[in-house]
Amino acid sequence: MNAIHQQAFTPAGQAAQATPAIELRNVSCRFITADGRATVALRDFSMSVARGEFVAVVGPTGCGKSTTLSLITGLLKPTLGEVRVMGQPVNGIDPRIGFVFQNDAVFPWRSVRDNVAAGPMFRGQSKEQAHALADEWIRRVGLDKFGDHYPHQLSGGMRKRVALAQTFINSPEILLMDEPFSALDMQTRTLMQDELLRLWSAHSGSVVFVTHDLEEAIALADKVYVLTARPATLKSVYPIDLPRPRVMEEVRYEQRFIDTSRRIWADLREEVHIA
Amino acid sequence: MTQAQASHSAATMDIAAVEAEARRKIRARKQLVIGLRIAILVIVLGGWEGGARLGWIDPFFFSQPSAIVAQIVEWMVEGTSQGPLWTQVLVTLEETVLGFLIGSVAGVIAGIILGRNKLLSDVFSLYIQIANSIPRVVLGSIFVIAFGLGMASKVALAVVMVFFVVFANAFQGVREADRYMIANAQILGASPRQVTMAVVIPSALSWILASLHVSFGFALVGAVVGEFLGSKQGIGLLISTAQGAFNASGVFAAMIVLAVVALAADWLLHALERRLLKWRPQAF
Repeated sequence: MNAIHQQAFTPAGQAAQATPAIELRNVSCRFITADGRATVALRDFSMSVARGEFVAVVGPTGCGKSTTLSLITGLLKPTLGEVRVMGQPVNGIDPRIGFVFQNDAVFPWRSVRDNVAAGPMFRGQSKEQAHALADEWIRRVGLDKFGDHYPHQLSGGMRKRVALAQTFINSPEILLMDEPFSALDMQTRTLMQDELLRLWSAHSGSVVFVTHDLEEAIALADKVYVLTARPATLKSVYPIDLPRPRVMEEVRYEQRFIDTSRRIWADLREEVHIA
Repeated sequence: MTQAQASHSAATMDIAAVEAEARRKIRARKQLVIGLRIAILVIVLGGWEGGARLGWIDPFFFSQPSAIVAQIVEWMVEGTSQGPLWTQVLVTLEETVLGFLIGSVAGVIAGIILGRNKLLSDVFSLYIQIANSIPRVVLGSIFVIAFGLGMASKVALAVVMVFFVVFANAFQGVREADRYMIANAQILGASPRQVTMAVVIPSALSWILASLHVSFGFALVGAVVGEFLGSKQGIGLLISTAQGAFNASGVFAAMIVLAVVALAADWLLHALERRLLKWRPQAF
Protein backbone atom coordinates (compact mmCIF):
# COMPACT_ATOMS: atom_id res chain seq x y z
CA MET A 1 0.00 0.00 0.00
CA ASN A 2 2.78 2.24 1.04
CA ALA A 3 4.92 1.57 -1.98
CA ILE A 4 2.09 1.90 -4.49
CA HIS A 5 1.29 5.39 -3.38
CA GLN A 6 4.82 6.62 -3.50
CA GLN A 7 5.38 5.11 -6.89
CA ALA A 8 2.25 6.54 -8.32
CA PHE A 9 3.10 10.01 -7.17
CA THR A 10 6.65 11.13 -7.04
CA PRO A 11 7.87 10.60 -10.60
CA ALA A 12 4.56 11.31 -12.35
CA GLY A 13 4.13 14.62 -10.54
CA GLN A 14 7.57 15.77 -11.57
CA ALA A 15 7.09 14.93 -15.21
CA ALA A 16 3.78 16.75 -15.50
CA GLN A 17 5.11 20.15 -14.48
CA ALA A 18 8.44 21.52 -15.64
CA THR A 19 9.80 22.31 -12.19
CA PRO A 20 7.91 21.72 -8.99
CA ALA A 21 7.41 24.71 -6.72
CA ILE A 22 8.99 22.88 -3.80
CA GLU A 23 11.20 19.85 -3.80
CA LEU A 24 12.77 18.04 -0.87
CA ARG A 25 15.20 15.34 -1.98
CA ASN A 26 16.25 12.69 0.56
CA VAL A 27 16.45 15.27 3.29
CA SER A 28 17.68 14.41 6.77
CA CYS A 29 17.76 16.90 9.57
CA ARG A 30 19.67 16.57 12.80
CA PHE A 31 19.52 18.98 15.70
CA ILE A 32 22.29 19.54 18.18
CA THR A 33 20.77 20.51 21.50
CA ALA A 34 22.34 23.09 23.84
CA ASP A 35 23.99 20.33 25.90
CA GLY A 36 25.57 18.86 22.80
CA ARG A 37 23.31 15.90 22.09
CA ALA A 38 22.02 15.13 18.62
CA THR A 39 18.41 14.28 17.80
CA VAL A 40 17.14 13.37 14.37
CA ALA A 41 13.96 15.18 13.36
CA LEU A 42 13.70 14.09 9.76
CA ARG A 43 15.18 11.06 8.01
CA ASP A 44 15.53 10.56 4.27
CA PHE A 45 12.39 12.52 3.47
CA SER A 46 11.33 13.40 -0.06
CA MET A 47 8.43 15.57 -1.10
CA SER A 48 7.43 17.43 -4.20
CA VAL A 49 4.80 20.15 -4.47
CA ALA A 50 3.63 21.23 -7.92
CA ARG A 51 2.78 24.84 -8.71
CA GLY A 52 -0.70 25.68 -7.54
CA GLU A 53 -0.97 22.46 -5.56
CA PHE A 54 -2.34 22.25 -2.03
CA VAL A 55 -0.40 19.71 0.02
CA ALA A 56 -1.12 18.74 3.60
CA VAL A 57 1.41 17.07 5.87
CA VAL A 58 0.07 15.02 8.77
CA GLY A 59 1.87 12.97 11.39
CA PRO A 60 1.92 12.27 15.09
CA THR A 61 2.71 15.15 17.46
CA GLY A 62 6.33 16.18 17.66
CA CYS A 63 7.41 14.03 14.74
CA GLY A 64 9.09 16.82 12.78
CA LYS A 65 6.30 18.12 10.57
CA SER A 66 7.19 21.72 11.27
CA THR A 67 10.81 21.00 10.46
CA THR A 68 9.85 20.48 6.81
CA LEU A 69 8.49 24.04 6.73
CA SER A 70 11.57 25.52 8.39
CA LEU A 71 13.67 23.80 5.72
CA ILE A 72 11.63 25.34 2.91
CA THR A 73 11.87 28.84 4.39
CA GLY A 74 15.61 28.50 4.79
CA LEU A 75 15.40 29.25 8.54
CA LEU A 76 16.91 25.76 8.92
CA LYS A 77 19.49 23.96 6.80
CA PRO A 78 19.23 20.22 6.11
CA THR A 79 22.02 18.01 7.44
CA LEU A 80 21.81 15.81 4.35
CA GLY A 81 19.89 16.09 1.10
CA GLU A 82 18.68 19.05 -0.88
CA VAL A 83 15.79 21.49 -0.70
CA ARG A 84 14.77 23.36 -3.84
CA VAL A 85 12.26 26.15 -4.23
CA MET A 86 11.15 26.99 -7.79
CA GLY A 87 14.04 24.86 -9.05
CA GLN A 88 16.67 26.78 -7.11
CA PRO A 89 18.48 25.51 -4.01
CA VAL A 90 17.25 27.33 -0.90
CA ASN A 91 19.59 30.08 0.18
CA GLY A 92 18.17 32.32 2.85
CA ILE A 93 14.58 33.46 3.05
CA ASP A 94 12.87 33.48 -0.33
CA PRO A 95 10.66 36.57 -0.84
CA ARG A 96 8.13 34.43 -2.71
CA ILE A 97 7.31 32.53 0.46
CA GLY A 98 4.56 33.35 2.93
CA PHE A 99 4.24 31.73 6.34
CA VAL A 100 1.30 31.48 8.73
CA PHE A 101 2.29 30.45 12.24
CA GLN A 102 0.51 28.34 14.80
CA ASN A 103 0.89 30.93 17.53
CA ASP A 104 -0.14 34.50 17.26
CA ALA A 105 2.75 36.07 15.43
CA VAL A 106 1.02 39.37 14.65
CA PHE A 107 2.69 42.35 16.30
CA PRO A 108 0.63 43.36 19.36
CA TRP A 109 1.94 46.96 19.33
CA ARG A 110 0.72 47.61 15.81
CA SER A 111 -2.84 48.29 14.75
CA VAL A 112 -4.47 45.85 12.34
CA ARG A 113 -3.67 48.17 9.43
CA ASP A 114 -0.01 48.51 10.38
CA ASN A 115 0.23 44.76 10.89
CA VAL A 116 -1.13 43.99 7.46
CA ALA A 117 1.02 46.73 5.89
CA ALA A 118 4.18 45.32 7.53
CA GLY A 119 5.24 43.13 4.59
CA PRO A 120 5.05 45.79 1.87
CA MET A 121 6.72 48.32 4.15
CA PHE A 122 9.57 45.96 5.01
CA ARG A 123 9.96 45.47 1.27
CA GLY A 124 10.40 49.16 0.66
CA GLN A 125 6.97 50.45 -0.35
CA SER A 126 5.92 53.89 0.84
CA LYS A 127 3.59 54.15 3.81
CA GLU A 128 0.70 55.44 1.67
CA GLN A 129 1.01 52.60 -0.87
CA ALA A 130 1.33 49.99 1.84
CA HIS A 131 -1.67 51.34 3.75
CA ALA A 132 -3.84 51.49 0.65
CA LEU A 133 -2.96 47.88 -0.14
CA ALA A 134 -3.48 46.89 3.50
CA ASP A 135 -6.96 48.42 3.55
CA GLU A 136 -7.83 46.37 0.49
CA TRP A 137 -6.70 43.17 2.20
CA ILE A 138 -8.38 44.06 5.48
CA ARG A 139 -11.60 44.36 3.50
CA ARG A 140 -11.01 41.03 1.78
CA VAL A 141 -10.72 39.18 5.09
CA GLY A 142 -13.81 40.98 6.40
CA LEU A 143 -12.22 43.22 9.02
CA ASP A 144 -13.22 46.57 7.45
CA LYS A 145 -14.25 48.12 10.74
CA PHE A 146 -11.20 46.99 12.67
CA GLY A 147 -8.31 48.66 10.86
CA ASP A 148 -7.45 50.85 13.84
CA HIS A 149 -7.91 48.17 16.49
CA TYR A 150 -5.01 46.54 18.26
CA PRO A 151 -4.71 42.74 18.22
CA HIS A 152 -5.63 42.36 21.89
CA GLN A 153 -9.00 43.92 21.10
CA LEU A 154 -9.80 41.15 18.58
CA SER A 155 -10.95 37.56 18.98
CA GLY A 156 -8.67 34.63 18.15
CA GLY A 157 -10.39 34.11 14.80
CA MET A 158 -10.04 37.77 13.90
CA ARG A 159 -6.35 37.74 14.76
CA LYS A 160 -5.96 34.75 12.42
CA ARG A 161 -7.64 36.79 9.69
CA VAL A 162 -5.08 39.53 10.32
CA ALA A 163 -2.31 36.92 10.02
CA LEU A 164 -3.78 35.66 6.72
CA ALA A 165 -4.08 39.20 5.30
CA GLN A 166 -0.55 39.95 6.50
CA THR A 167 0.74 36.94 4.58
CA PHE A 168 -1.42 37.18 1.46
CA ILE A 169 -0.65 40.89 0.93
CA ASN A 170 2.84 39.87 -0.25
CA SER A 171 1.15 37.61 -2.86
CA PRO A 172 3.39 34.65 -2.03
CA GLU A 173 3.79 31.98 -4.70
CA ILE A 174 4.38 29.49 -1.92
CA LEU A 175 2.30 29.51 1.22
CA LEU A 176 3.49 27.55 4.23
CA MET A 177 1.14 27.00 7.15
CA ASP A 178 2.13 25.46 10.46
CA GLU A 179 -1.02 24.22 12.22
CA PRO A 180 -2.48 27.69 11.73
CA PHE A 181 -5.95 26.96 13.06
CA SER A 182 -5.17 24.51 15.85
CA ALA A 183 -5.71 27.08 18.61
CA LEU A 184 -9.19 28.03 17.37
CA ASP A 185 -12.49 26.54 18.45
CA MET A 186 -14.31 24.17 16.12
CA GLN A 187 -16.75 26.68 14.55
CA THR A 188 -14.14 29.36 14.02
CA ARG A 189 -11.77 26.81 12.55
CA THR A 190 -14.33 25.73 9.95
CA LEU A 191 -14.91 29.37 9.00
CA MET A 192 -11.19 30.01 8.70
CA GLN A 193 -10.69 26.91 6.53
CA ASP A 194 -13.33 28.21 4.12
CA GLU A 195 -11.70 31.62 4.21
CA LEU A 196 -8.35 30.06 3.39
CA LEU A 197 -9.73 28.08 0.45
CA ARG A 198 -11.46 31.22 -0.86
CA LEU A 199 -8.25 33.30 -0.66
CA TRP A 200 -6.16 30.49 -2.12
CA SER A 201 -8.47 29.85 -5.09
CA ALA A 202 -8.36 33.55 -5.99
CA HIS A 203 -4.61 33.54 -5.74
CA SER A 204 -3.51 30.04 -6.81
CA GLY A 205 -0.11 29.59 -5.17
CA SER A 206 1.30 26.35 -3.85
CA VAL A 207 0.45 25.51 -0.26
CA VAL A 208 2.09 23.26 2.28
CA PHE A 209 -0.24 22.89 5.22
CA VAL A 210 1.09 21.11 8.31
CA THR A 211 -1.53 19.81 10.73
CA HIS A 212 -2.20 17.00 13.14
CA ASP A 213 -5.90 17.15 12.27
CA LEU A 214 -6.49 14.51 9.61
CA GLU A 215 -9.96 15.76 8.65
CA GLU A 216 -8.65 19.24 8.13
CA ALA A 217 -5.89 17.85 5.90
CA ILE A 218 -8.30 15.85 3.73
CA ALA A 219 -10.86 18.63 3.47
CA LEU A 220 -8.32 21.21 2.31
CA ALA A 221 -5.65 19.41 0.32
CA ASP A 222 -5.03 17.86 -3.09
CA LYS A 223 -2.49 15.50 -1.62
CA VAL A 224 -1.88 14.29 1.93
CA TYR A 225 1.61 13.27 3.08
CA VAL A 226 1.61 10.98 6.12
CA LEU A 227 4.76 11.01 8.22
CA THR A 228 5.97 8.35 10.63
CA ALA A 229 6.76 8.86 14.30
CA ARG A 230 10.08 10.49 15.17
CA PRO A 231 12.53 10.47 13.45
CA ALA A 232 9.98 11.28 10.78
CA THR A 233 10.18 9.89 7.31
CA LEU A 234 7.53 9.54 4.62
CA LYS A 235 5.04 6.77 5.30
CA SER A 236 2.66 7.26 2.40
CA VAL A 237 1.07 9.80 0.09
CA TYR A 238 -2.66 9.97 -0.62
CA PRO A 239 -4.25 11.91 -3.45
CA ILE A 240 -7.56 13.50 -2.46
CA ASP A 241 -9.94 13.60 -5.41
CA LEU A 242 -12.80 15.48 -3.80
CA PRO A 243 -14.17 18.05 -6.26
CA ARG A 244 -13.53 21.77 -5.75
CA PRO A 245 -14.80 24.22 -4.71
CA ARG A 246 -15.26 22.52 -1.38
CA VAL A 247 -17.44 23.76 1.44
CA MET A 248 -16.08 22.79 4.83
CA GLU A 249 -19.38 22.23 6.59
CA GLU A 250 -20.51 19.82 3.86
CA VAL A 251 -17.44 18.06 2.56
CA ARG A 252 -16.80 16.19 5.77
CA TYR A 253 -20.13 14.36 5.48
CA GLU A 254 -19.54 13.04 1.95
CA GLN A 255 -19.06 9.30 1.63
CA ARG A 256 -15.82 9.70 -0.30
CA PHE A 257 -14.41 11.92 2.43
CA ILE A 258 -15.31 9.38 5.08
CA ASP A 259 -13.74 6.50 3.13
CA THR A 260 -10.52 8.39 2.54
CA SER A 261 -10.42 9.48 6.12
CA ARG A 262 -10.80 5.91 7.35
CA ARG A 263 -8.06 4.67 5.01
CA ILE A 264 -5.52 7.30 6.05
CA TRP A 265 -6.39 7.04 9.71
CA ALA A 266 -5.65 3.30 9.65
CA ASP A 267 -2.21 4.21 8.38
CA LEU A 268 -1.63 7.08 10.78
CA ARG A 269 -2.88 5.25 13.84
CA GLU A 270 0.11 2.91 13.98
CA GLU A 271 2.43 5.90 14.10
CA VAL A 272 0.41 7.72 16.72
CA HIS A 273 0.65 4.66 18.92
CA ILE A 274 4.42 4.56 18.54
CA ALA A 275 4.68 8.28 19.33
CA MET B 1 -49.82 38.63 30.00
CA THR B 2 -50.33 41.78 32.04
CA GLN B 3 -49.18 39.87 35.03
CA ALA B 4 -46.02 38.81 33.19
CA GLN B 5 -45.38 42.43 32.17
CA ALA B 6 -45.91 43.58 35.69
CA SER B 7 -43.47 41.05 37.06
CA HIS B 8 -41.03 41.98 34.31
CA SER B 9 -41.11 45.69 35.19
CA ALA B 10 -40.84 44.77 38.83
CA ALA B 11 -37.72 42.85 37.99
CA THR B 12 -36.17 45.84 36.17
CA MET B 13 -37.03 48.10 39.08
CA ASP B 14 -35.39 45.58 41.30
CA ILE B 15 -32.24 45.64 39.20
CA ALA B 16 -32.14 49.43 39.23
CA ALA B 17 -32.50 49.39 42.99
CA VAL B 18 -29.79 46.76 43.37
CA GLU B 19 -27.45 48.76 41.14
CA ALA B 20 -28.10 51.98 43.04
CA GLU B 21 -27.41 50.15 46.27
CA ALA B 22 -24.17 48.67 44.86
CA ARG B 23 -23.00 52.08 43.62
CA ARG B 24 -23.72 53.58 47.00
CA LYS B 25 -21.61 50.87 48.65
CA ILE B 26 -18.71 51.42 46.25
CA ARG B 27 -18.81 55.18 46.98
CA ALA B 28 -18.98 54.60 50.70
CA ARG B 29 -15.95 52.35 50.57
CA LYS B 30 -13.92 54.88 48.59
CA GLN B 31 -14.78 57.54 51.15
CA LEU B 32 -13.80 55.19 53.95
CA VAL B 33 -10.38 54.58 52.38
CA ILE B 34 -9.74 58.30 51.88
CA GLY B 35 -10.95 59.06 55.39
CA LEU B 36 -8.65 56.45 56.93
CA ARG B 37 -5.68 57.76 54.95
CA ILE B 38 -6.27 61.28 56.25
CA ALA B 39 -6.73 59.93 59.75
CA ILE B 40 -3.38 58.13 59.64
CA LEU B 41 -1.63 61.25 58.39
CA VAL B 42 -3.18 63.34 61.15
CA ILE B 43 -2.31 60.77 63.83
CA VAL B 44 1.32 60.39 62.75
CA LEU B 45 2.02 64.10 62.26
CA GLY B 46 -0.08 65.09 65.27
CA GLY B 47 1.62 62.48 67.42
CA TRP B 48 5.02 63.65 66.28
CA GLU B 49 4.21 67.30 66.89
CA GLY B 50 2.48 66.60 70.19
CA GLY B 51 5.24 64.25 71.34
CA ALA B 52 7.85 66.91 70.58
CA ARG B 53 5.92 69.61 72.43
CA LEU B 54 5.27 67.38 75.46
CA GLY B 55 8.94 66.44 75.56
CA TRP B 56 8.51 62.73 74.74
CA ILE B 57 10.54 63.18 71.57
CA ASP B 58 13.62 65.40 71.55
CA PRO B 59 13.06 67.91 68.71
CA PHE B 60 16.79 68.62 68.66
CA PHE B 61 17.40 65.17 67.17
CA PHE B 62 14.09 64.35 65.52
CA SER B 63 12.66 67.80 64.80
CA GLN B 64 8.91 68.36 64.59
CA PRO B 65 6.48 68.94 61.70
CA SER B 66 5.92 72.62 62.45
CA ALA B 67 9.67 73.27 62.51
CA ILE B 68 10.10 71.41 59.20
CA VAL B 69 7.37 73.49 57.57
CA ALA B 70 8.92 76.64 59.01
CA GLN B 71 12.30 75.58 57.59
CA ILE B 72 10.84 75.03 54.10
CA VAL B 73 9.05 78.38 54.22
CA GLU B 74 12.22 80.08 55.35
CA TRP B 75 14.18 78.52 52.50
CA MET B 76 11.53 79.57 50.01
CA VAL B 77 11.24 83.13 51.31
CA GLU B 78 14.77 83.99 52.38
CA GLY B 79 16.79 81.42 50.48
CA THR B 80 19.24 78.90 51.87
CA SER B 81 22.78 79.50 53.06
CA GLN B 82 23.99 78.60 49.53
CA GLY B 83 21.49 80.68 47.57
CA PRO B 84 17.80 80.43 46.63
CA LEU B 85 16.05 77.08 47.16
CA TRP B 86 15.00 76.90 43.52
CA THR B 87 18.61 77.05 42.39
CA GLN B 88 19.42 74.09 44.63
CA VAL B 89 16.45 72.12 43.30
CA LEU B 90 17.35 72.96 39.71
CA VAL B 91 21.00 71.99 40.16
CA THR B 92 20.08 68.61 41.63
CA LEU B 93 17.38 68.10 39.05
CA GLU B 94 19.74 68.93 36.21
CA GLU B 95 22.31 66.43 37.47
CA THR B 96 19.63 63.81 37.93
CA VAL B 97 18.03 64.30 34.53
CA LEU B 98 21.37 64.37 32.72
CA GLY B 99 22.54 61.25 34.49
CA PHE B 100 19.21 59.57 33.90
CA LEU B 101 19.17 60.37 30.18
CA ILE B 102 22.78 59.40 29.51
CA GLY B 103 22.56 56.28 31.66
CA SER B 104 19.29 55.03 30.24
CA VAL B 105 20.14 55.71 26.59
CA ALA B 106 23.50 53.97 27.03
CA GLY B 107 21.80 51.15 28.92
CA VAL B 108 19.18 50.63 26.24
CA ILE B 109 21.73 50.64 23.42
CA ALA B 110 24.10 48.29 25.23
CA GLY B 111 21.21 46.01 26.20
CA ILE B 112 19.96 45.75 22.64
CA ILE B 113 23.41 45.16 21.15
CA LEU B 114 24.27 42.45 23.65
CA GLY B 115 20.80 40.96 23.57
CA ARG B 116 20.96 40.57 19.81
CA ASN B 117 24.43 39.00 19.81
CA LYS B 118 24.76 35.59 21.43
CA LEU B 119 28.56 35.55 21.69
CA LEU B 120 28.85 39.04 23.16
CA SER B 121 26.11 38.30 25.66
CA ASP B 122 27.72 35.02 26.75
CA VAL B 123 31.07 36.74 27.21
CA PHE B 124 29.89 39.90 28.97
CA SER B 125 27.02 38.58 31.09
CA LEU B 126 29.42 37.45 33.83
CA TYR B 127 31.11 40.85 34.12
CA ILE B 128 27.81 42.67 34.10
CA GLN B 129 26.58 40.51 36.93
CA ILE B 130 29.73 41.33 38.89
CA ALA B 131 29.48 45.05 38.14
CA ASN B 132 25.82 44.99 39.15
CA SER B 133 26.59 43.43 42.53
CA ILE B 134 29.20 46.05 43.47
CA PRO B 135 27.67 48.84 45.60
CA ARG B 136 28.20 51.47 42.94
CA VAL B 137 27.55 54.47 45.24
CA VAL B 138 31.11 54.02 46.45
CA LEU B 139 32.32 55.08 43.02
CA GLY B 140 31.08 58.57 43.95
CA SER B 141 34.30 59.16 45.90
CA ILE B 142 36.35 58.28 42.83
CA PHE B 143 34.29 60.59 40.65
CA VAL B 144 34.66 63.51 43.07
CA ILE B 145 38.43 62.99 43.04
CA ALA B 146 38.52 62.64 39.26
CA PHE B 147 35.95 65.19 38.10
CA GLY B 148 36.04 67.71 40.95
CA LEU B 149 33.30 69.39 42.90
CA GLY B 150 31.31 70.51 39.83
CA MET B 151 28.37 68.89 38.12
CA ALA B 152 30.37 66.26 36.19
CA SER B 153 31.07 64.04 39.20
CA LYS B 154 27.36 63.91 40.18
CA VAL B 155 26.24 63.21 36.64
CA ALA B 156 28.82 60.43 36.38
CA LEU B 157 27.57 58.81 39.57
CA ALA B 158 23.93 59.08 38.43
CA VAL B 159 24.88 57.53 35.05
CA VAL B 160 26.56 54.58 36.74
CA MET B 161 23.56 54.10 39.03
CA VAL B 162 21.10 54.13 36.13
CA PHE B 163 23.05 52.33 33.45
CA PHE B 164 23.10 48.84 34.92
CA VAL B 165 19.44 48.78 35.87
CA VAL B 166 18.28 49.88 32.43
CA PHE B 167 20.84 47.71 30.73
CA ALA B 168 19.79 44.56 32.57
CA ASN B 169 16.14 45.18 31.73
CA ALA B 170 16.71 46.06 28.08
CA PHE B 171 18.88 42.96 27.73
CA GLN B 172 16.23 40.75 29.27
CA GLY B 173 13.50 42.35 27.16
CA VAL B 174 15.45 41.73 23.97
CA ARG B 175 16.12 38.11 24.92
CA GLU B 176 12.44 37.55 25.56
CA ALA B 177 11.31 38.87 22.18
CA ASP B 178 9.05 36.18 20.75
CA ARG B 179 10.98 34.10 18.23
CA TYR B 180 7.89 33.42 16.16
CA MET B 181 7.35 37.15 15.82
CA ILE B 182 10.94 37.58 14.72
CA ALA B 183 10.59 34.74 12.20
CA ASN B 184 7.33 36.27 10.99
CA ALA B 185 9.00 39.63 10.39
CA GLN B 186 11.91 37.95 8.58
CA ILE B 187 9.61 36.05 6.26
CA LEU B 188 7.52 39.16 5.62
CA GLY B 189 10.74 40.66 4.29
CA ALA B 190 12.38 42.49 7.21
CA SER B 191 16.14 43.04 7.18
CA PRO B 192 18.05 42.43 10.45
CA ARG B 193 17.87 46.19 11.12
CA GLN B 194 14.14 46.22 10.50
CA VAL B 195 13.70 43.22 12.79
CA THR B 196 15.46 45.14 15.56
CA MET B 197 13.44 48.31 14.99
CA ALA B 198 10.04 46.76 14.34
CA VAL B 199 10.03 43.72 16.62
CA VAL B 200 12.84 43.61 19.15
CA ILE B 201 12.68 47.18 20.46
CA PRO B 202 8.89 47.38 20.76
CA SER B 203 8.74 44.07 22.56
CA ALA B 204 11.53 45.11 24.93
CA LEU B 205 9.84 48.45 25.54
CA SER B 206 7.66 47.36 28.43
CA TRP B 207 10.73 45.99 30.20
CA ILE B 208 12.67 49.16 29.50
CA LEU B 209 9.90 51.47 30.70
CA ALA B 210 9.49 49.46 33.89
CA SER B 211 13.18 49.95 34.60
CA LEU B 212 12.97 53.70 33.93
CA HIS B 213 10.65 54.12 36.92
CA VAL B 214 13.15 52.55 39.26
CA SER B 215 16.16 54.15 37.67
CA PHE B 216 14.96 57.74 37.98
CA GLY B 217 15.01 57.18 41.71
CA PHE B 218 18.53 55.77 41.39
CA ALA B 219 19.63 58.80 39.40
CA LEU B 220 18.32 61.03 42.16
CA VAL B 221 20.20 58.99 44.77
CA GLY B 222 23.35 59.23 42.64
CA ALA B 223 23.08 63.01 42.31
CA VAL B 224 22.32 63.63 45.99
CA VAL B 225 25.03 61.27 47.26
CA GLY B 226 27.46 62.90 44.85
CA GLU B 227 26.61 66.31 46.27
CA PHE B 228 26.89 64.92 49.74
CA LEU B 229 30.42 63.73 49.05
CA GLY B 230 31.56 67.12 47.88
CA SER B 231 29.96 69.97 45.97
CA LYS B 232 29.24 73.68 45.89
CA GLN B 233 25.47 73.53 45.19
CA GLY B 234 22.47 71.23 45.36
CA ILE B 235 20.09 69.61 47.79
CA GLY B 236 22.67 67.03 48.82
CA LEU B 237 24.91 69.84 50.02
CA LEU B 238 21.90 71.36 51.81
CA ILE B 239 21.46 68.12 53.72
CA SER B 240 25.15 67.88 54.44
CA THR B 241 25.23 71.48 55.71
CA ALA B 242 22.17 70.92 57.87
CA GLN B 243 23.75 67.80 59.30
CA GLY B 244 26.93 69.71 60.12
CA ALA B 245 24.88 72.35 61.94
CA PHE B 246 22.88 69.73 63.89
CA ASN B 247 19.78 71.06 62.11
CA ALA B 248 17.45 68.05 61.98
CA SER B 249 14.62 70.16 60.55
CA GLY B 250 16.86 71.07 57.62
CA VAL B 251 17.53 67.40 56.82
CA PHE B 252 13.82 66.54 56.92
CA ALA B 253 12.91 69.64 54.90
CA ALA B 254 15.43 68.71 52.18
CA MET B 255 14.05 65.18 52.20
CA ILE B 256 10.55 66.46 51.56
CA VAL B 257 11.74 68.67 48.70
CA LEU B 258 13.43 65.60 47.17
CA ALA B 259 10.28 63.52 47.59
CA VAL B 260 8.23 66.12 45.72
CA VAL B 261 10.75 66.11 42.86
CA ALA B 262 10.72 62.30 42.70
CA LEU B 263 6.92 62.12 42.72
CA ALA B 264 6.63 64.66 39.91
CA ALA B 265 9.14 62.73 37.81
CA ASP B 266 7.34 59.47 38.46
CA TRP B 267 4.07 61.00 37.33
CA LEU B 268 5.70 62.20 34.08
CA LEU B 269 7.14 58.75 33.43
CA HIS B 270 3.72 57.21 33.99
CA ALA B 271 2.20 59.51 31.41
CA LEU B 272 4.95 58.58 28.94
CA GLU B 273 4.40 54.89 29.59
CA ARG B 274 0.65 55.17 29.03
CA ARG B 275 1.30 56.84 25.71
CA LEU B 276 3.92 54.38 24.48
CA LEU B 277 2.14 51.24 25.64
CA LYS B 278 -1.40 52.06 24.58
CA TRP B 279 -1.44 48.87 22.50
CA ARG B 280 -1.32 46.78 25.66
CA PRO B 281 -4.47 45.32 27.17
CA GLN B 282 -5.49 47.10 30.37
CA ALA B 283 -3.90 45.51 33.40
CA PHE B 284 -6.47 44.04 35.71
